[in-house]
Amino acid sequence: MTKPTTAPPHRKKLMHTWPLLTPTVGVLLLWAFVPLAMTLWFSFQRYNLVDPTISGFAGFNNYKFLLESPAFLLSIVNELVLVGAVLIITLVLGVAFAVLFDQEFFGRSVARLLVIAPFFVMPTVAALIWKNLLMDPVNGVFAFVARSLGFTPIDWFTNYPMAGVVMIVAWEWVPFATLILLTAMQSLDRQQVEAAKMDGARGPQILRYVILPHLARPMTIVLMMETIYLLAVFAEIFVTTSGGPGNATTTLTYLIYLRALVSFDVGGAAAGGVLAVILANIVALFLVRTVARNVDL
Amino acid sequence: MCTLELRNLRKVYSNVEVIKGVDLTIKDREFVVFVGPSGCGKSTLLRMIAGLEEISGGDFMIDGVRVNDVPPDKRGLAMVFQSYALYPHMTVAENMAFALRLAGVPKPERDERVMVAAKTLQLDALLERKPANLSGGQRQRVAIGRAIVRQPKAFLFDEPLSNLDAALRVQTRIEIAKLHNDLKSTMIYVTHDQVEAMTLADRIVVFNAGKIEQVGTPLELYHNPANLFVAGFIGSPKMNLIAAEVRSSDGRTSVLTLEGGSLFSVPKALVPGQKLTIGLRPEHIAVVAEGGMAGRVEVVEHLGNETIAYASIGAAQPLTVKLPSDSDVRIGEMLHFASRGQTASLFDEAGSAIMSPSA
Ligand SMILES: Nc1ncnc2c1ncn2[C@@H]1O[C@H](COP(=O)(O)OP(=O)(O)O)[C@@H](O)[C@H]1O
Ligand SMILES: [Mg+2]
Repeated sequence: MTKPTTAPPHRKKLMHTWPLLTPTVGVLLLWAFVPLAMTLWFSFQRYNLVDPTISGFAGFNNYKFLLESPAFLLSIVNELVLVGAVLIITLVLGVAFAVLFDQEFFGRSVARLLVIAPFFVMPTVAALIWKNLLMDPVNGVFAFVARSLGFTPIDWFTNYPMAGVVMIVAWEWVPFATLILLTAMQSLDRQQVEAAKMDGARGPQILRYVILPHLARPMTIVLMMETIYLLAVFAEIFVTTSGGPGNATTTLTYLIYLRALVSFDVGGAAAGGVLAVILANIVALFLVRTVARNVDL
Repeated sequence: MCTLELRNLRKVYSNVEVIKGVDLTIKDREFVVFVGPSGCGKSTLLRMIAGLEEISGGDFMIDGVRVNDVPPDKRGLAMVFQSYALYPHMTVAENMAFALRLAGVPKPERDERVMVAAKTLQLDALLERKPANLSGGQRQRVAIGRAIVRQPKAFLFDEPLSNLDAALRVQTRIEIAKLHNDLKSTMIYVTHDQVEAMTLADRIVVFNAGKIEQVGTPLELYHNPANLFVAGFIGSPKMNLIAAEVRSSDGRTSVLTLEGGSLFSVPKALVPGQKLTIGLRPEHIAVVAEGGMAGRVEVVEHLGNETIAYASIGAAQPLTVKLPSDSDVRIGEMLHFASRGQTASLFDEAGSAIMSPSA
């Protein structure tokens, strides 16, 4: 900000800023770096909750063990499939709803409230409702509709477990995307749309040349925020498939849970945690790079 | 070639009639200005012409063909919006070429037409810029350029100068007048500013509350306002409108008693006892030695090129008088005012002109 070398009053001011910064920095350290440091520490330890005799420095064995297990690679693939699919669905539906609910129609405010509502349902409840009321192959609403139309009901969590989980998580996150994009739609200059109409643009072209460029920035915000939360999706998997059948829906996050609280292998789980942090950073870096290239922010 | 014909056009927004039956024919190459106070429906009517607003009733014809249900781009009209409405993520060149691109015009031709338009508007150095990096005046020119590139049958302008500062407004006004002269195409221009209307128009259409009050050349409106609304709207400073009653009439001239008690004679036979309103333009009033309307000067404004004095003559509104710049009237001075020549307008109780001076 200011050059501390020039005027003495400035130097005096700068000297007095650290007491103000200390609490924030201190809390930040406690909040973020202590858990990270502990995770790093445990990841190099032999540490099992049910067997106290296993102890001591493990070197890279926890990592080696994890990286060599077939479940690990699959969990990363699952993680990326889940995050990718949900991002695509929420962005596509989010844009569609934002454009739709931006139009004037009777009962618009009620409709807007309803489309936002799933956001306020907690993940466990949402997953339970979907699993038992909607997607159940015998008693579910989907099965009922399928049967009354003459189709065989789909047993989602047996045959298409990942699709089932994606559906639930997407349902939870479409409202967020809609909310952000709808707000952005309201700041779109109507005269721009009219100018495009005068220039001969029809619906799809208005979307392509006016609306989507206008929404590019909020869409990247949705993309980044959702990615952060989607990498940590847990309750939906826990409630519906418990990572199965087999490892079909075991994401990295869920794998860490399995290691820590099913196998009680804290060392291995911590190693998974460290790898998850690395994965999240790679994804974030990749996103920021592509976004920065495609959108002049 | 472009003649626009409005036949009894109406616009209703959920039971509220905003445009209440407008009949108007706009001739080929004519520069027509719609003027009226804010909220009177000028923009709505322009948008109905553009095709952006549905027409609730009546017929709109372009070159004799009814186009009520023709979509905006098929009407062959181009519009310059008040907010310019440039596409922010496109460069100036892309903005100007957008309509051609959608119409499938090949790129070389597109580039050439953009270049020609850019040259006439001195935009050729800015073609690769984004709208965010342009000044207000430059954005305005891009918006006009985008319209020119399409080679439309007619141009529609909706208050195009209202976002510019005063100096730029005058300059751009002159450029638009020049443009009309060069392109020789039909133009409709909406404004609430009567100075813009007077300076640009071949014909002015004065609107009030969704209806046409009067159509005419700037000078016709100035000299022969059809009613009190037009009289008060056209001209700056505003015409003095004073309530009056006919005191006596001898068959050729009549003497009026003005509000406040002054007497005023007009060369017109009127019925004694009739109540009316007399309109006197500030620039048509002179200071005389005696007689006429007596009034005490309350405010004096020295504008350099002229002096405006406001004198109380006992009426509700002070009398506005435009005097030469070297006039030495003082506040508190008692003066006598008379109209110069036969330049007074008379309006009946309903507000319609009953006599206008032969200009
Ligand atoms: N979409 C609309 N719904 C209802 N009333 C409208 C709408 N658009 C404009 N109006 C009304 O129509 C009238 C004319 O508006 P407008 O044409 O914008 O006036 P102007 O351009 O002369 O200032 C105003 O009273 C305005 O409130
Ligand atoms: Mg307007």
